[in-house]
Amino acid sequence: MANLLQINNGETVQRSLIPHLAFADFRSELLTFANNGGQVVQFFGYEDDGVLKFLAVLRNEALFVVGCDEPESYQSLTTETEKFHMFEREIAEQYGVKPEGHPWLRMVRYHENYRGKEDVFGNDYKKEDIPGNYEYFPVEGDVIHEVAVGPVHAGIIEPGHFRFQCIGETVLHLEIQLGYQHRGIEKLLPSVPSVRRPIVIEGIAGDTAIGHSLCFSQAVESLASIKVDEGAKTIRVIALELERIANHVGDLGALSGDVAFNPPAAFFGRLRGEFLNLLLTLCGNRFGKSLVRPGGVTQVMGEEQKKIIRDKIRETRPELEHVCDLLFSEPTVRARFETTGTVPYEQAEKLGLVGYAGRASGLAYDARVAFPTECYADLTANTNEKAVGDVFCRANVRREEIMHSLDLIEKLVQKDGETANDPTFDYKLAPSSFVVSVNEGWRGEISHCILTDQDGAITRYKVKDPSFHNWTGLAMSLRNEGISDFPLCNKSFNLSYCGFDL
Amino acid sequence: MLKVLKNRLEQGNRTSKYPKVPINLYNRYRGLPQINPDCDSATIKACATACPQEAIDASSCKIDLGKCVFCGQCETQSKGEFVKFTQNFEMGVANKNDLLTGGSLPALAEHSKKHFKKLFGRSLQLRQISAAGCNACEADTNVLNTPFFDLSRFGIQFVASPRHADGIHVTGPISRNMHAATITTFEAVPSPKVVIASGSCAISGGPFYGSDDIIGDLNSIIPVDLYIPGCPPHPITTLHALLKYFK
Ligand code: SF4
Ligand code: SF4
Repeated sequence: MANLLQINNGETVQRSLIPHLAFADFRSELLTFANNGGQVVQFFGYEDDGVLKFLAVLRNEALFVVGCDEPESYQSLTTETEKFHMFEREIAEQYGVKPEGHPWLRMVRYHENYRGKEDVFGNDYKKEDIPGNYEYFPVEGDVIHEVAVGPVHAGIIEPGHFRFQCIGETVLHLEIQLGYQHRGIEKLLPSVPSVRRPIVIEGIAGDTAIGHSLCFSQAVESLASIKVDEGAKTIRVIALELERIANHVGDLGALSGDVAFNPPAAFFGRLRGEFLNLLLTLCGNRFGKSLVRPGGVTQVMGEEQKKIIRDKIRETRPELEHVCDLLFSEPTVRARFETTGTVPYEQAEKLGLVGYAGRASGLAYDARVAFPTECYADLTANTNEKAVGDVFCRANVRREEIMHSLDLIEKLVQKDGETANDPTFDYKLAPSSFVVSVNEGWRGEISHCILTDQDGAITRYKVKDPSFHNWTGLAMSLRNEGISDFPLCNKSFNLSYCGFDL
Repeated sequence: MLKVLKNRLEQGNRTSKYPKVPINLYNRYRGLPQINPDCDSATIKACATACPQEAIDASSCKIDLGKCVFCGQCETQSKGEFVKFTQNFEMGVANKNDLLTGGSLPALAEHSKKHFKKLFGRSLQLRQISAAGCNACEADTNVLNTPFFDLSRFGIQFVASPRHADGIHVTGPISRNMHAATITTFEAVPSPKVVIASGSCAISGGPFYGSDDIIGDLNSIIPVDLYIPGCPPHPITTLHALLKYFK
């Protein structure tokens, strides 16, 4: 690890301090790290004076960064560890660079690359609509059949294409192809004026508006040396935890619905709304949009808002406990949840699963604990009881996190002190610098990287939603499962299409 | 079973009495803006510059609710002098031009197409198309099926197939990659059919306007009958618009 630079979460470093290796050294450094239990936080390409370069952010107990000059094609790292699988596909699509020997080199979001190079996949995006137009993983035989779903699904959900290769009712493999929601966010961010950036950021994934705007704001605050007061930090953490509760509660309701247990489905559905309304109480928007901005928050939390939050938690906590008990103690529910869609520890580690999906498989990683931001260092951590990686555990981790988040919020609203609301759009970023910000969003680790040029302009903005890691986990959870268990597996992960598609 | 009953008692009946009884949203909610055209022009200009969505036309003192994401920056910027958001959530309109507003909107009931009322007044089945965006619009549309809003009591339903639908409800800025699927789904709905553009994205591209990877205005590819502004529209905004337009 001599060749890696250790960094802190949200710390601005001069780009010149980042080790810049020859590709062969870079490759072996990354492989050693990943094969010794390390994980990849970011791995992406960027252009520097017309030259393509790579940058990787890695983590074990600490965060590291390392870069290299990129050869126009290279020996894929995925051949030696799965951890780079999706990252290499993304780089191939964004920059037209081929990872030789990649076992499943396919499009990620279907778009032209940024450099006008020949498309690695042989597509001509000027001529035709490409989405879905490629060869899926072939499985053949007399008793094999395929089920194809999407892009437009049956419910009110985001678009994506799912292809199940089945033998009878059993799924051999599920191939998930996304990209339909691609809006060009990474390309848009450096080009828009600073007043627009928070709005674009909140549009990455609406259910994670707080998580992503927190990453963005911290990165900008670090690069522009902006201090945030304690009161604003408290509000940000409350908002992040409210976002977590609302989504977990909603998902438990959806899981109840998928096993046709309607009372908890209805109760959870209503309860979710209570928490969205608390976000509205804080900032006027049910998804927490418009609250978190570089410099702090846009609105203060006064006694009135604190009281509403306190009272609502007091009212909903017993209801939540009882509805959870109703769901989790029902034998027919347990029969459907337990041993379904299992992703064992080893597999989860190899895929680098994050968030509750990882924790349900026994990976303890929680960015709130490992790399605390805001006021998380002062708060108690959550631990999970059972973690064998099935639907039950992914649901149960949510239940435990809901209760933990309620505790955190109750504690935080007791804090005294008003907040200055001092968001800013008028800032200057440090030149030739790099920053990565990591937070535990409700789905798991979110991270944003910003690279600036010698004038302090953003040259590369890299976003990673936890879903980027976890979609592969969902595909693996379906192997050898009954196809009728797909909705359960899917809801227990509940991944973001738009957060992935960017 | 006992647990089910106990929970049922604890939960009670939560269905809103709306529209018979009005709903009050918390005072921080930003609905229809109140605009003061007599505000000094420097403040108005500052608001227009501060607006991330370029939604404010300083010369006519109007806000384009189709572009606005209700971030509240103009209100903060002008300390409420130029723009003040009210808690009025009734913002659906039938003509896109009406979204460019000085603070009032035409009554939706009068603008709806009378034959739509006759056709769909008792039963309306919609196919939702999620066409990029951030999924908050979809989430707050889904909410209409929870016990509080209980959409189906009005004879309105979201259905699984376009073949079963009377129209489409589109959210998101229609990414280039969803263009074909959006058109195909629309075409699969039998005529006569209705088209609803919901949320700033579907109306104008929302936060993503100007991106090469989106279409950004549903009306440019399919004629839209009903516009529901917001980012996302509050569920009650959607409910109000559907009831006023079709009932
Ligand atoms: S609330 Fe609307 S008009 Fe006002 S600044 Fe935000 S986007 Fe612009
Ligand atoms: S209008 Fe706003 S809430 Fe709706 S999809 Fe677009 S960004 Fe998301």
